[in-house]
Amino acid sequence: MIAILDYRAGNLTSVERALRFLGFPCEITDSAERIRAAERIIFPGVGAAGKSMQDLSELGLDSLLHERLEAGVPILGICVGLQVLFDYSEENDTKCLGILPGKVRLFPAELRDEDGNLLKIPHMGWNEVIFTREHPVFRKVPPGSEFYFVHSYYPEASDLACVVGRTDYGIAFGSAVARRNLVAVQFHPEKSGPPGLQILSNFCQWDGLDS
Amino acid sequence: MLSKRIIPCLDVRDGRTTKGIKFRNNIDIGDPVDMGRYYYEEGADEIVFYDITASSDRRPIMLEVVRRVAETIFIPFSVGGGIRTLEDMRDVLLAGAEKVSVNSAAVLNPGIIQHGAKAFGSQCIVLGMDVKRVPPSAKIPSGYEMVINGGRSPMGIDALWWAQEAERLGAGEICLNSIDADGTQNGYELSLTHLISTKVRIPVIASGGAGGPHHLLDVLSEGRADAALIASMVHYGTYTIREIKEFLQGQGVRVRQTW
Repeated sequence: MIAILDYRAGNLTSVERALRFLGFPCEITDSAERIRAAERIIFPGVGAAGKSMQDLSELGLDSLLHERLEAGVPILGICVGLQVLFDYSEENDTKCLGILPGKVRLFPAELRDEDGNLLKIPHMGWNEVIFTREHPVFRKVPPGSEFYFVHSYYPEASDLACVVGRTDYGIAFGSAVARRNLVAVQFHPEKSGPPGLQILSNFCQWDGLDS
Repeated sequence: MLSKRIIPCLDVRDGRTTKGIKFRNNIDIGDPVDMGRYYYEEGADEIVFYDITASSDRRPIMLEVVRRVAETIFIPFSVGGGIRTLEDMRDVLLAGAEKVSVNSAAVLNPGIIQHGAKAFGSQCIVLGMDVKRVPPSAKIPSGYEMVINGGRSPMGIDALWWAQEAERLGAGEICLNSIDADGTQNGYELSLTHLISTKVRIPVIASGGAGGPHHLLDVLSEGRADAALIASMVHYGTYTIREIKEFLQGQGVRVRQTW
């Protein structure tokens, strides 16, 4: 069973629906018992970093995530579920989980495209992810695939070794990160059509080894 | 860099799709779930379902459509039409829509934008605007006036002012429909789209008037829209989304081409 972490983080049902469509049994839960019983964990997120960290800690899910990570359970973070893995987020001046070194920053106000036009914030819509190295969770994704993003803050990883995919929106940022049994993406695979479903399907069959 | 989005819009009445020409003479062309799935496979970047069901007791039919769509298409889709309360928003989002669009109700009660954004996040809240060109005046300096009730009621509110106010209240996106261009197939209202899109920081979807791929080129480049809504030109099979995207890519507009 795959546990979809329920920490009051907005629309979790779209992840559940995508897994159900792919035929993987899953459960939206905040129960420590059920999460410990899960063979893998999806850590989704829609909303603000401050509220997310507060809810995680109130539910005791922050320490549980650390525990399951140490236990080698494959974990997939999505959107805010990626952002709170880092040390710190500028959103609500939030101390985060500190699992990956780096911080999450607001897109600069003066962000421009190559023609000098002001870019919109949030970064909303389809953008390319350039995968910079092989990883089992991103296998069989056709080159040039685009993914659905919606966010105003972006991760700035200080350990470049954990970045496996990059995206350009005025500035380049790590839109897919991985370390050991952890992977996380800034985009929404559950809303990114067939390439997104491919990633979810890969994750659901991944043994947690990064090779 | 970000791709421009191509978004087919399906008008739905009592659970069936229609396409209104100037909001009248709707004709029945099919099942919204089948059409949604078809456009998903064709490479639509997003889909809009617009509920034009007249009576509120038939609304549950629409929620059932939303649930069935959410089980079969895995791109964002939004639902508009008849959204008046936070409860309406919650129903549609829980049924599986990514976004809800508020139009007339937001003009009459702007608080719904603020409350919706606070409850569900700005990224869920699309402001639908129906706009009509008028002679510029002290009251309507931009020369574009807000109208509601499907184009029937002019509100004496400046469209540019309203777009900026809605952004301030927490709208995450604007779907900008020109009443003058809607249904004509003569092209989008470029000056209106350019005006609004360059004066707000949130994405703007252009709507109304698309008849051919060159109209999308115009509104996505000259009009500076972030996305373009299309209806008749694909519903009746005149063009496919793939053809439109190939044309745009050839003209230097970045669109999503792999799926």
